[in-house]
Amino acid sequence: MANSYQSEKSSPPTSSVDRRDFLRLAATGTAALVGSAKALKAEEAAPKADTPAEAKEADVLTADRTGSDFMVDVLKTLNFEYVFSNPGSSFRGLQESFINYGSNKNPEWLTCCHEESSVAMAHGYAKIEGKPGLVFAHGTVGLQHAAMAIYNAFCDRVPVYLILGNTMDATMRRPGVEWYHSVQDAALMVRDYIKWDDLPISLAHFAESAARAYKIAMTPPMEPVVLVADSELQERAIDPGEKLRIPKLSLTTPPQGDSGAVSEAARLLVSAENPVIIADRCARTQAGMKYLVELAERLQASVIDQGGRMNFPSRHALNQSDRRAAVLGSADVVLALEVADFWGATHSVRDQLTRSSRSLVKSGAKLISISAMELYIKSNYQDFQRFPETDLPISGDAEATLPTLIEEVKRLTTADRKRAFQDRGSKLAAAQHQSVERARAEAAWGWDASPISLARLCAELWAQIKDKDWSLVAGNGSGWPARLWNFDKYHQHIGGSGAAGVGYGSPAAVGAALANKKHGRFSVNIQNDGDLMYAPGVLWTAAHHRIPLLNVMHNNRAYHQEVMHIQRMANRHSRGVDTAHIGSTIDDPNIDYAKLAQSMGWYAEGPITDPKDLGPALKRAVAVAAKGEPALIDVVTQPR
Amino acid sequence: MNVNYSAATRSTALSTAALLLLSSVAIAQAPAQKATPAGNVKNGKKIYTTYGCYQCHGRVAHGGGPAGPRIGPSILNYQAFAAYVRHPKAQMPPYTVKSLSDQEMADIYAYVQTFPKAPDPKTIPLLQD
Repeated sequence: MANSYQSEKSSPPTSSVDRRDFLRLAATGTAALVGSAKALKAEEAAPKADTPAEAKEADVLTADRTGSDFMVDVLKTLNFEYVFSNPGSSFRGLQESFINYGSNKNPEWLTCCHEESSVAMAHGYAKIEGKPGLVFAHGTVGLQHAAMAIYNAFCDRVPVYLILGNTMDATMRRPGVEWYHSVQDAALMVRDYIKWDDLPISLAHFAESAARAYKIAMTPPMEPVVLVADSELQERAIDPGEKLRIPKLSLTTPPQGDSGAVSEAARLLVSAENPVIIADRCARTQAGMKYLVELAERLQASVIDQGGRMNFPSRHALNQSDRRAAVLGSADVVLALEVADFWGATHSVRDQLTRSSRSLVKSGAKLISISAMELYIKSNYQDFQRFPETDLPISGDAEATLPTLIEEVKRLTTADRKRAFQDRGSKLAAAQHQSVERARAEAAWGWDASPISLARLCAELWAQIKDKDWSLVAGNGSGWPARLWNFDKYHQHIGGSGAAGVGYGSPAAVGAALANKKHGRFSVNIQNDGDLMYAPGVLWTAAHHRIPLLNVMHNNRAYHQEVMHIQRMANRHSRGVDTAHIGSTIDDPNIDYAKLAQSMGWYAEGPITDPKDLGPALKRAVAVAAKGEPALIDVVTQPR
Repeated sequence: MNVNYSAATRSTALSTAALLLLSSVAIAQAPAQKATPAGNVKNGKKIYTTYGCYQCHGRVAHGGGPAGPRIGPSILNYQAFAAYVRHPKAQMPPYTVKSLSDQEMADIYAYVQTFPKAPDPKTIPLLQD
């Protein structure tokens, strides 16, 4: 992937005198003492009208080639397409090198309005493109803004490649702001929820760590990584004698489950009467979907798709996601593929004054898991969930392990078992058909209601996009797309935020839409109102960079999940059941999202409250987005 | 694929199914049909919103989302409806007499019974594909 570095390709720097050293010495009246012979020569040649100090300074404060140029060369070998960044002085050297030395191509610098948006955009981008976006931020204030979005990506097992600007040498900092923007250990704040970080102290060190960081981020479980780019290292001229090279990088193959354990899993699945497959972040690519379909069809097994990724076609006869309790209740073997919370997936928890839970799976059922998460668990943040009592836990990447499992299932399947599988499959197909009919019957309730029901919103939207190569880049529309739409391609759904940190949806949608752009796909986002208000500046970023995207507002004028939580507490305390809205609703005044979007360069309509107006408005917005512009329709909706 | 519910929402969705099941049980176990108390639809409409029923069941009691089932019109008789609201078995928070009087319960019941039945989905073109 990477190459040997041609250190001679640029002109050598004009001076070996460090410009900050020069400034420091000049301030003490000793600059002339460090002037090189070349500098003195410049002084002699300068016109009398110029002051000698200015002439010398012009000479020693310029360089044809700096550390940041080399960093750009290194990062270009990693094939980043975009840099997602809100500007910051601690990485000014790198930003300038990217846009001038690097010609602002591969990667192209994107202007983000908040570091949380930068990271969430890279998060959404990575899930479509299958590789990380590059994020630049201050090591202090920028990272502090970015932290929640990094945590989301960490919990969602998504690679994001962050470079933090920082000034380690205290004597090199400008007074005031640069001290506030400097830190001893920049990555410390996020170290609990990144996979790896480093603080390179030389350019050669930077090159190695840059390659290592990429490799670590892209090895399942994929996670964010951080490199700190010291400002001195960025801005200092490269010493002509400095030996620099860019290391060769080959990505690590994803880990596969142990062959013996995989054989045992196949034996259990083939002999089961009612096997159930639960998939969460199973598929990493379209191939992952294909493998899961093949496994399910060979076994004629029920599949529950938890939607962490696009794992299984929504209308496949074996998709029993709408019948979770029923299929788990009769299961004798359950196979979990990259399920983040296997215990939660197999239990029902009652959130009342006394917490209680019950298993959805009958006693004696065998639980198998295949997950790369077994290989990487940290202590502080509790994303690892409750301990599942798994009978056969297999460490390994599910997508990488599926081909072997399929082969084992094929090998063990006898003609008798095949007949049994076919009988089972027929029953499951009938049940799936009934699920679809039930969803449609439920969707009809409240069909003409105002505020508009989520079922109506999703049905209207589906009618407008179903003939396009569409991609639902964020928002779940209270589950209605999964019940009403026909999902059968990997890019049609990218899962959720990971850590349920609100503020993910809007920027992740823009990032994913950016990735979809070059593939000519139509990106659509069902946008929650509370989520958009975290950092609405991302709307401007989308307009500025001509990122086509249709945002359809799920505007229930509340942080509605929180309203429900407060209601629960009020009921529990038998008081104030009529005041649960305080602190959790977003009304009085109602926010005009169409005007908000219009102010940032979007085509926008709304608020739409009459369901009869929705279809025509969506049609107009789809036409705009299909031409390559962002468009937003503000729909005032039912709560859920 | 399926909805990317949070764990909490997932359990709420599961509870919807549980609620429907328990509702059936409630019907079966309900005492012999008693007279439904008279309810004030206008007040029922008001407190349906202010007391938070809409949060899970929708503003027109249509349900259908991950949070709560349809309750308008209720498939339960009044006694079963009231018994469930006082002592819910799944995720629904309990409404005690201190929070919701018997008369207010009757008002809400009267209100949710005013909603019309849904149209046949086969008559809605958008639900055919």
